[in-house]
Amino acid sequence: MSANNLYNDQGGAEPAVEAGQETTPTSSSAGVGSGLFSSDFKKNDDLKEMLESNKESLKLEAMKRIVGLMSRGRNASDLFPAVVKNVANKNIELKKLVYVYLVRYAEEQQDLALLSISTFQRGLKDPNQLIRASALRVLSSIRVPIIVPIMMLAIKEAAADLSPYVRKTAAHAIQKLYSLDPEQKDHLIEVIEKLLKDKSTLVAGSVVMAFEEVCPDRIDLIHKNYRKLCHLLVDVEEWGQVVIINMLTRYARTQFLSPWREFDENSEKTFYDSDEEKEQADSRPYVMDPDHRLLLRNTKPLLQSRNTAVVMAVSQLYWHLAPKHEVNVVTKSLVRLLRSHREVQYIVLQNIATMSIQRKGMFEPFLKSFFVRSTDATHIKTLKLEILTNLANEANISTILREFQTYVKSQDKAFAAATIQAIGRCATNIDEVTDTCLNGLVLLLSNRNETVVAESVVVIKKLLQTQPSQHSDIIKHMAKLLDSITVPMARASILWLIGEYCERVPKIAPDVLRKTAKTFTAEEDIVKLQILNLAAKLYLTNSKQTKLLTQYILNLGKYDQNYDIRDRTRFVRQLIVPNEKSGALSKYAKRILLASKPAPVLESTFKDRDRFQLGTLSHTLNTKASGYLELSDWPKVAPDQSVRNVEVFEPVKEWAPSVGKAKPAKSDKFYSDSEEEEEEEEASGSSSSAEDSSSSEGRYQSTFSHRLSLPVSSVYVLSMCYMHRMCNVQAFALCLLRPNAPPQKKNLEILFAQPVSSPVFVPHMSHELLHRMSGKGLAACYHFPRQPCIYDPRMVSVQLTFTNCGEQPVQDLRVGEASPPALSLHRFAAVERLEPDSSITVSMGIDFNDSTQAASFQLCTKEDQFSVSVQPAVGELFMPVTMTEQDFHKEQGKLTGMNESSTTVTVASESTSAQIITRKVVCVANMGVVPSSQTNVHRFAAKTASSEALVLATVELKEASAARLLVNTEETVIGSMLLRDLKTALSQG
Amino acid sequence: MIHSLFLVNSSGDIFLEKHWKSVVSRSVCDYFFEAQERASEPENVPPVIPTPHHYLISVLRHRIYFVAVIQSEVPPLFVIEFLHRVVDTFQDYFGVCTEAAIKDNVVVVYELLEEMLDNGFPLATESNILKELIKPPTILRTVVNTITGSTNVGEQLPTGQLSVVPWRRTGVKYTNNEAYFDVVEEIDAIIDKSGSTITAEIQGVIDACVKLTGMPDLTLSFMNPRLLDDVSFHPCVRFKRWEAERILSFIPPDGNFRLLSYHVSSQNLVAIPVYVKHNITFREGSSQGRFELTLGPKQTMGKAVESVLVNSQLPRGVLNVNLNPSQGTYTFDPVTKLLSWDLGKINPQKLPSLKGSMSLQAGACKPDENPTINIQFKIQQMAISGLKVNRLDMYGEKYKPFKGIKYMTKAGKFQVRT
Repeated sequence: MSANNLYNDQGGAEPAVEAGQETTPTSSSAGVGSGLFSSDFKKNDDLKEMLESNKESLKLEAMKRIVGLMSRGRNASDLFPAVVKNVANKNIELKKLVYVYLVRYAEEQQDLALLSISTFQRGLKDPNQLIRASALRVLSSIRVPIIVPIMMLAIKEAAADLSPYVRKTAAHAIQKLYSLDPEQKDHLIEVIEKLLKDKSTLVAGSVVMAFEEVCPDRIDLIHKNYRKLCHLLVDVEEWGQVVIINMLTRYARTQFLSPWREFDENSEKTFYDSDEEKEQADSRPYVMDPDHRLLLRNTKPLLQSRNTAVVMAVSQLYWHLAPKHEVNVVTKSLVRLLRSHREVQYIVLQNIATMSIQRKGMFEPFLKSFFVRSTDATHIKTLKLEILTNLANEANISTILREFQTYVKSQDKAFAAATIQAIGRCATNIDEVTDTCLNGLVLLLSNRNETVVAESVVVIKKLLQTQPSQHSDIIKHMAKLLDSITVPMARASILWLIGEYCERVPKIAPDVLRKTAKTFTAEEDIVKLQILNLAAKLYLTNSKQTKLLTQYILNLGKYDQNYDIRDRTRFVRQLIVPNEKSGALSKYAKRILLASKPAPVLESTFKDRDRFQLGTLSHTLNTKASGYLELSDWPKVAPDQSVRNVEVFEPVKEWAPSVGKAKPAKSDKFYSDSEEEEEEEEASGSSSSAEDSSSSEGRYQSTFSHRLSLPVSSVYVLSMCYMHRMCNVQAFALCLLRPNAPPQKKNLEILFAQPVSSPVFVPHMSHELLHRMSGKGLAACYHFPRQPCIYDPRMVSVQLTFTNCGEQPVQDLRVGEASPPALSLHRFAAVERLEPDSSITVSMGIDFNDSTQAASFQLCTKEDQFSVSVQPAVGELFMPVTMTEQDFHKEQGKLTGMNESSTTVTVASESTSAQIITRKVVCVANMGVVPSSQTNVHRFAAKTASSEALVLATVELKEASAARLLVNTEETVIGSMLLRDLKTALSQG
Repeated sequence: MIHSLFLVNSSGDIFLEKHWKSVVSRSVCDYFFEAQERASEPENVPPVIPTPHHYLISVLRHRIYFVAVIQSEVPPLFVIEFLHRVVDTFQDYFGVCTEAAIKDNVVVVYELLEEMLDNGFPLATESNILKELIKPPTILRTVVNTITGSTNVGEQLPTGQLSVVPWRRTGVKYTNNEAYFDVVEEIDAIIDKSGSTITAEIQGVIDACVKLTGMPDLTLSFMNPRLLDDVSFHPCVRFKRWEAERILSFIPPDGNFRLLSYHVSSQNLVAIPVYVKHNITFREGSSQGRFELTLGPKQTMGKAVESVLVNSQLPRGVLNVNLNPSQGTYTFDPVTKLLSWDLGKINPQKLPSLKGSMSLQAGACKPDENPTINIQFKIQQMAISGLKVNRLDMYGEKYKPFKGIKYMTKAGKFQVRT
């Protein structure tokens, strides 16, 4: 502060400027390295005049030219004093350009840069949020260590600003300050902690970015914000989404148990290697942490993003976190990305290559998308080849090989060579085609192109090694080729093959040695080494014919220029030629040189790439990039889940008094564990909603009660009543359903979201689910409590009452298979034992998907299975909505034409009063009553549970007992069914 | 994240640099130039290049390399996607994205880059917001600016950035309210020697140009939404609505934008609208080769196949060609060996053909592979997948907009192996 006060008054500034002008000649003369700069130097002079003139247009013109200089990388720092004077100019464009200049050169001209600080400090107090934000942005971008305290102060203030935009800027400033002065870390972490609590989608991405940069190891800061981040994710801007998803991937790997246990034996071994743990693991079925599920569910829609980075981020999240059978959902989206730019293709193909090694099935249906086009860039072609090879299996190998045949002929010879290697890999991986491939490769040996032939030789060599017995023909053929092939690698391979299998080609081998002995001196080093090898091997097997030749070659090798070859020669000589000095080794020479060698394994270069998190720079480069954060292994024991629970939520408290008779909360004991247990016991004991206390839902419920500050020990009836209230409130604000969500709806849906109200009327009619005769003593019936389902807002909650009418207790009562399997239902927790003549009520959630189709599922007991089905009436698929009459008219206006269905009905004469009509309507359908200004018109509103489509019903009484019925909804089928039901209900007496 | 950006032209000169953190010396680009030299084609430069202290991530568009300098771990797609977004923005602002256009508008470029990134992290990339911040240069505006002394920088700061609809600016007004949608489908196909289809798929996009006053809320429904196998949306589309009802419901951005891109799976049978008869032969030992090519329409539903362009990369051994087109013109570049034939419209009565001979280098042996033929074409008023828009409705505003929809089919990567 003091430093900048110095320059605040005009008097202080003047000398500084002069000082700056004095320095100009020296600094520019330093830049006069080349002739180009000297001309700039002249220009700079007139720029300075322009900047100091009174005309704004001249100043602007000068700044534009300076920006031009900067963009070309020329040094314009000598103009600093002249430029910095304009920092407070009124002209926005001029000001912006000055900012650009300032940020670029402040580091070099620290003292002069201080001149501008006061302007920004003033800006930080401006009533306009955008000016505050831009002041902070520039201030934090000036890399001058002296102003660190000022920056720190500004960031702290901005982090508490009312405007989310300013807070976002503060989050960005955190990273800048951190890179300028890492010692501020602790203070900055405080700010990050505060900003992480922010509920604005604008801030979320930026603050997580700051978190990743400053303190990625402070995973504890995330706990409380985890659920909120999951819910906000869809609405965060796309760049923020990428950062948040990557961070949450890391977070989830430290906090949740592995979902792979049942599906993947290999990883199980590594993760659960000790027996004790295995037992433990087996004894308890794996239940996914609801928070883990929440993350997977909330990221899935982002696969549809137009931003390729977001799609990739979600894909890697699924790859690293989802149960193995769910990973397939990302396939389509990844294949879609292949349509994008070349660079995007490159990265995506790399990741697919890594994935396809482990899980062929994922990409096999899209095999054809990886076919190579002649216009692809070479690195794209090789990646596609890699993937095709990974995907090859018995079923598709013929298709792949036919493609490969085309590729081998490609004009791009590097690509053709890569194809040959790929053929080799296919041949070793799939036994059925080994011979076909080998024959194909032998044909290629007569190719005119040398690289193709050489590559074929190398691959054939590897293939022959795996099964050398029957291929002496091929070896002979290759021996003949030795005359024509000049590529060293290929020559070396042929020589090695002949040496290794010299006993199979006893006549040819010595002749080959003879020929190569002649050319020895002209060969490349690797060929020379193989000639030595061949000579040694032949000496051992066929010393009669080759003794002299070998000695000749050894002599040549002895005086070779390359020390490797001299070294090898000496070694071979000692080993094979018996003399008095040679020790015990030479006895074993044959066994040493002609030992059977293990066949090489041809494997993908992407084999161990998955040690890096997919989608990262490190994965692309296959080396650890600086700043790469390891993905940890799953924890063996689940860390405490409750750390993610969020404490009492202020706005909810306000609703609590409306419950009325609630006892004041016992605040001191409120969070104690005993209390929580007590409550849960009570909930299950009184069979309101039998929850497994360890299951997630149980926890959710307990959190609801916590939030509402309700005394848990109060009479059960009362607490049931709370539950009802709560559920209504919950559906209204998403936050209650998942404790962490802010009451914010997706994007614009807030515009359309109608507050869901409590059911006006709950019919007690129950329907039979299972008759006691067919249920062997177990009877079950169900009814619709018309509560928003707490498990998933799209589900309709159903209460089941089981009665045991038999003699024996019923054990282990639970829900089995659902049909169709796609039917999403929330099972009730298994009832362990139901004594004769007792009954129990449980609740479950079923997503009927807005149709009246029955939901069928199996009801299992220890001994039996019963198929049962729940048939909803159309009216039960709704959630009542409260709205004003104006809203009703507005919505109705939108739902005309096709979406409207109407009929007339004769209302039974005694039931024309408002009450009775309302009663009848709400009895049929779970709709909310809309207050009406007319006495003869009754309006009702609801939305469908699953798709949240609005359903509006109007009953308009005409003279006599006629009435007009009108239903407006987008779901026309539902509309007509509702109309029919209402008509029947109203016409009855 | 993104430290600096260098723009490199095709001759290897850095013509623009911008730094968001401390200055990185332009000598870092030497590693890029090395890689460029090693690559045989401009496209073959690897997109990610590690250097001792930095990582270079580059994209190539319009023969300009956009080289971003990165210092630490970052998802490479993040940078690539951003760089492409930068190019798209330049194109949007200047009409073309060439070296000349960028140099002419260097101030606007700098202002844009400054707004798009803060400390290397993307800030405003939505074109609607950027256009409010910095007005695109037009000839008229340049004239007005010089006379009145006003500037390109918006006086008002953008509202979109702060609203719940970040892609749309507030206070939009038009005298003519119109909404146009173009359904453009591209066929990617590989046809083999015998004319059978090896792989074919359809990629489609719906590009929109919406000029509507106020805050309109649009819904677009299809006759046959089941066709769409895989879709990606502009952020404005309400995903839930699509999931539940297969209806596109959205508050559109102002102006041009891509509403949707979709994929029609290869499982569905794709109608291939053209066929190619070819006879390209090289005789062993002879320095002459024959070249015959005939194109014809098939499965076009009576629509004309227009703007047909045939490209083929002939083998290196070909010295020159002597061909006779029945219509259109052909060119052959003896250096790059690229043959291209612009034949215009296919007349079903008189099929276009290109026949003649190729002269080969003396002594050169017969090429192993016949050249691949790449075909481009356009068919107006037809979406080859059969996708049809059912209706477009507008809510939220009183006026009646003018609505238009156009269909077009194009060749994407359409290759015929010979």
